[in-house]
Amino acid sequence: MNTVSSLLDKDWHERYKRIAKLNIRSSIYDVTNRCNLRCKGCFFFSSNEHIAAQEEMDIKKWEEFIDHEKERGVNLAILIGGEPTLCMDRVEAFYKRIPSYCATNGLIKVDRNKFPDMMVGISLWGGGEDEKILRGRDTFAISSKNYAGDHYAYYLYTITPRQVGKIEPVIKRIVDVGLKVHLQLLSNDEGVDGFSWKESELKDLRLEMDEVLDKYPQTLISSKYYHEVITTGKMLGRSFGWMECPSVTEALDNRKPQPRRLIHFVRWASDLKTVHRCCTSATRDCSTCKDGAAHMSWIMVSKRAHVSSTKDLQNWIEVYEMFAKLYSLIPW
Amino acid sequence: MPESNDIKGIIKRVSEIIIEELKLEDITVATFNPDLDLIDELGIDSMDLATIALVLQDEYKIVIDEDDYPKLKTVRLIAEYIQGKKTEKN
Repeated sequence: MNTVSSLLDKDWHERYKRIAKLNIRSSIYDVTNRCNLRCKGCFFFSSNEHIAAQEEMDIKKWEEFIDHEKERGVNLAILIGGEPTLCMDRVEAFYKRIPSYCATNGLIKVDRNKFPDMMVGISLWGGGEDEKILRGRDTFAISSKNYAGDHYAYYLYTITPRQVGKIEPVIKRIVDVGLKVHLQLLSNDEGVDGFSWKESELKDLRLEMDEVLDKYPQTLISSKYYHEVITTGKMLGRSFGWMECPSVTEALDNRKPQPRRLIHFVRWASDLKTVHRCCTSATRDCSTCKDGAAHMSWIMVSKRAHVSSTKDLQNWIEVYEMFAKLYSLIPW
Repeated sequence: MPESNDIKGIIKRVSEIIIEELKLEDITVATFNPDLDLIDELGIDSMDLATIALVLQDEYKIVIDEDDYPKLKTVRLIAEYIQGKKTEKN
């Protein structure tokens, strides 16, 4: 029988033990239905999630709700929206109660006096041209000024098919402002012309992602195994899709047989009552979903499947470490 | 019903349940080391523990608190935990 120590040398085993005890219980919260951008391809708006629930405006209700979430065992609150920084009192309510991560477009700066160590993920949809097409403006120009050199912030770079062959200049811009970056792929929810993936583009992109990881290891928070899984949609011979996704809201998960999933995971709407199907849009075709967190989680919940060879287990450890760094559970 | 409530019997049954529920291959009850660290060595995670706990709760008519999962690191520790719970109950 393969055991962890039979597959790993001492250093890898220590890395394994560091993450094996983390016991992450995450959930996702729509902090608000409002946003200061309207990006083409943003699932929140394209699938009408912004009108699915009436936003709770009473901060006391938010505080009570978060206390209840903590009692439910949540130890990682992932704050999305809308744009969470439009409601900093709610973000603060989370931050004071549960380790929290804030996804933002970076146009509003999180006050580091109030949130000294809250991890902030700044969305970026490519170079200036793509940003203008998809988001109406080049957000990097603003977000990079707000967060330059911030040790608890990184760019979440959503790569589009038009970016294939052009990602290094974007990485260089990020290097120049002293930030780190995590890569994920656009899921073209709104069917914007020219932004759907072709097999050949995904193949090229995987190689390109590997190359920039080799070239900028201090800047990219990534792993080649993650690149493989996100671009191919395959892991250990299995294909990503509805019957494999681990990031489905527990109460809505009626899949049989039940796949391995995130325990007690819920994605809450901003009325604090409604729940969404999964970490992304319920209208999305799961077989083409390219959500980075869902793919990372897919790997993470499949630990024992990776206790089969040294390479498989090392791949698993690297992806888990990547996730833990992105959410500030272990240091960079 | 569990066939035996002494510690050896519980260890045997817990081993059987883990092998069956986690579909472990190339291991038998006879070769399952009760002191093997399930997390650090076998690679089981909290979802596996939750699966095992559900079966154990049914079988031994006890409640296993999720907060106790970190204590349940080996088959022997699980068996001792079950025995303790049953003693409390009686």
